[in-house]
Amino acid sequence: MTGPPAIEGPDETETLAGVESQAERAGGKGPSSPGREPRERARSLWSDAWHDLRRNPVFLIAGLLIAFLVLISVWPGLIASRDPLSCRLGRSLDASSAGHWFGFDTQGCDVYTRVVYGARTSVTVGVCATLGVAVLGSVLGGLAGFFGGVWDAVLSRLTDIFFGIPMILGGLVFLSMTGSRSVWTVVAFIVLLGWPQVARIARGSVITAKQNDYVLAARALGAGNARMMTRHILPNAVAPVIVTATIALGTYISLEATLSFLGVGLQPPTVSWGADISAASQGMQFRNAPHILLYPAAALSLTVLAFIMLGDAVRDALDPKLR
Amino acid sequence: MSLLQVRDLHVEFHTRDGVAQAVNGVDLGVEAGETLAVLGESGSGKSVTAQAIMGILDMPPGRITGGEIVFQDRDLLTLPRQERRQIRGAKMAMIFQDALSALNPVLTVGYQLAEMFRVHQGASRKEARAKAVELMERVRIPAARQRVGDYPHQFSGGMRQRIMIAMALALEPDLIIADEPTTALDVTVQAQVMDLLADLQREFNMGLILITHDLGVVADVADKIAVMYAGRIVETAPVKELYKAPAHPYTKGLLDSIPRLDQKGGQLNVIRGMPPNLQQTPPGCAYNPRCPMARAVCRKDEPPLYEVSALRASACHFWEEMFDAR
Amino acid sequence: MGRYVVRRLLQMVPVFIGTTFLIFVMVYAVGDPVNAMFGDRAPDPATAAQLRAEFNLDKPLWQQYGLYMGKIFSGDFGNAFNGQPVTELMATAFPLTIRLALVAVVIEIVIGLVLGVLTGLRRGRPIDSGVLMLTLVVISVPTFVTGTVFQYLLGVRWGLIAPAVSPAAPLGQLLLPGLVLALVSLAYVTRLTRTSIAENSRADYVRTAVAKGLPRRRVTVRHLLRNSLIPVVTFLGTDVGTLMAGALVTERIFNIHGVGFQLWQGIVRQNSPTVVGFVTVLVIVFLLANLLVDLLYAVLDPRIRYV
Repeated sequence: MTGPPAIEGPDETETLAGVESQAERAGGKGPSSPGREPRERARSLWSDAWHDLRRNPVFLIAGLLIAFLVLISVWPGLIASRDPLSCRLGRSLDASSAGHWFGFDTQGCDVYTRVVYGARTSVTVGVCATLGVAVLGSVLGGLAGFFGGVWDAVLSRLTDIFFGIPMILGGLVFLSMTGSRSVWTVVAFIVLLGWPQVARIARGSVITAKQNDYVLAARALGAGNARMMTRHILPNAVAPVIVTATIALGTYISLEATLSFLGVGLQPPTVSWGADISAASQGMQFRNAPHILLYPAAALSLTVLAFIMLGDAVRDALDPKLR
Repeated sequence: MSLLQVRDLHVEFHTRDGVAQAVNGVDLGVEAGETLAVLGESGSGKSVTAQAIMGILDMPPGRITGGEIVFQDRDLLTLPRQERRQIRGAKMAMIFQDALSALNPVLTVGYQLAEMFRVHQGASRKEARAKAVELMERVRIPAARQRVGDYPHQFSGGMRQRIMIAMALALEPDLIIADEPTTALDVTVQAQVMDLLADLQREFNMGLILITHDLGVVADVADKIAVMYAGRIVETAPVKELYKAPAHPYTKGLLDSIPRLDQKGGQLNVIRGMPPNLQQTPPGCAYNPRCPMARAVCRKDEPPLYEVSALRASACHFWEEMFDAR
Repeated sequence: MGRYVVRRLLQMVPVFIGTTFLIFVMVYAVGDPVNAMFGDRAPDPATAAQLRAEFNLDKPLWQQYGLYMGKIFSGDFGNAFNGQPVTELMATAFPLTIRLALVAVVIEIVIGLVLGVLTGLRRGRPIDSGVLMLTLVVISVPTFVTGTVFQYLLGVRWGLIAPAVSPAAPLGQLLLPGLVLALVSLAYVTRLTRTSIAENSRADYVRTAVAKGLPRRRVTVRHLLRNSLIPVVTFLGTDVGTLMAGALVTERIFNIHGVGFQLWQGIVRQNSPTVVGFVTVLVIVFLLANLLVDLLYAVLDPRIRYV
């Protein structure tokens, strides 16, 4: 040591601890390798996240809401015994009454039944679009990040291009050109315009994971591309994709409703909260019958809120930097 | 009258894992023109003590639970916030360890220096800037006039630390607290910065508290030393006497662990074990698990600060043996 | 700096071409503008062919695109199918939307920053959790829902404001539409500022500022906030896109005849030159706004240097 005399105590022990944990990691068993103390044994990103989530009231509330939404999407008959499409103009805009708690809309349809059935549309669009976006985005983004070169350049430019078009604008142009639109048309559109968002994230985390020491070590030991991908890189890239996708789910539900509101989304007979709100605001019909606006609006907002809350809680749990 | 007198200071930190006793009954005193070195490992409470004196402790999680800090005959802990603020920077100033992170990265050094005059003296923009240039010249920064508009990252480490010093000196305070002022610097620059600080201290007759873990720095500039361990002062002494004859086994351990150029090939003496966990200091003397002289009484009774001589004190039951052993 | 700007402008060219081409393809290839003009009636084949030739619709797509862009850069955005020049529509629409967007941006910056600083400095306290939850709610409620519900409550139920904006669109009438347009971004600005402030408030330079004896307000505004603005400014760049999309909804609800309204009309009536023309200008605005943000970066953070 050539420097001036210094107390070495704490620095020494810190270094020791560092070396030890490095040795552990070099053992190659990943984050779940047995630690020095039993308390630390099962500590991985996922178990840590789960530990946090179970105690997070936001997550619990969102989870309950979503479970309920999924339940009535699959079996709307559980809480609504009527047909959302049986409407009689004679009771148009009638206020609530026994058995028809939310009253009737302009067409004389039961608002409560339509609100219940609207959940199915929203949940289907949200879940399917998110799955599509997540799969397509992480495959394309992951490949670009992993192989780099031309793939990567093309993908990056494509992503830039898609980023310049807001989804609502793209949806207006694209969907207005298609004649009849079902739930699947809307899902296909969202996947088509939404994947670059996930691709960008997946690409970034694959590139980061690729530069980790243990991945370089695995490569030096002769691990093949397939093995590298599945064993070392994917597990690290999955968390950011899940976070992005969960938050996106809520925004996709909101997007479908907005497009339906603008008249380029779902068409009858599909029940959509967005379309119902649009109908209610047509010529300000809600002026005398606010129930036709407020109930679907509340249902839609609550649904999006549940998914956004879920995404927020998952992000907090999976992002150790925020702790 | 003392410039600064700290009496029985207690500071706690409340964290998720429990309460940590960071400072546990510390007494300190500094006179004008005097340099006190506070020596200790990280976690010994030396920086927390400095922050408590300065009034920049993060509260929460920190909390001052007892004691008084008398500065120029006023107890700082009972002063209204506004008066306390007016003392900071003007009457007592602090030099931090890492100037790169301690200076604001998005403001020019000129602005950050001038701010002192503008806030405390209500100087005009122009006046303050002229004084900032003057300050930079005083800490021997070349081409001060041209560099006053530069940002911290554009200076070298040594120059940045000079700016830090200039900022502390701006209003000619009576007390300077320097928290590891040279640790982040290259060895060659360390001496220059330390010399500068010592020169300026003499020039303005300031009191200086030098927080450090570096025994080399201490020997050159300090008048007296306070050694801290686990939130307590374990030994105080004039610097020469302490080097000659430590009255606490911890101090002795520190001195023995200095590598010496004249004893080549020998084994380096280190203090065994780790500093104690502040949430669970061992009963009795906090140093007993690491102490080569520890006996039954050390595990039971906490030693008071014994008066060794008029100017010295040691918190070891067996300080007399330390002298006899020599 | 100059070289950086030139390089960035050059990089924008492929993105600009890609984006406008994409929209062009959607409008001209997926839909059929001539058929659309005639609505439900079948067009007379001769007239249809004549129209196709007039609007270059009989040429291959890439050639149509080339011809169209050539015209745009000579200032000719073409006519809407009703004969009115698209540029004329733009001249009335853009000032309105710019005014609306400015109202929105001012609202989101002022309120967002204030709330962000308040919560960031009081992390974990009730006001923090409260505002945080509120931002989640605001983010969750779609703009068209806030718009219609506010319109109903403030305009119809309580009669506080006119439910629709008059053609002249004075600033006072733009306050509510501006707020509606700003709300989601406002929530994001709040959250971003909060995180940024909370992170930076533990920074060493903040401690230095306190040790200098600066008043608390000065520490917060000059030292803490100044550093925390950097991520917020990045967000504002990408937010231009959100505002464009939001304008489509807001202008429709409040009957403001701005860009969003004209674009929506163009789309619903399948007025292709209107759609492509407006989108082209919006893409340019979006790209330039992002360049501006990058340049603003250098002002906010002197450590960033452009080479």
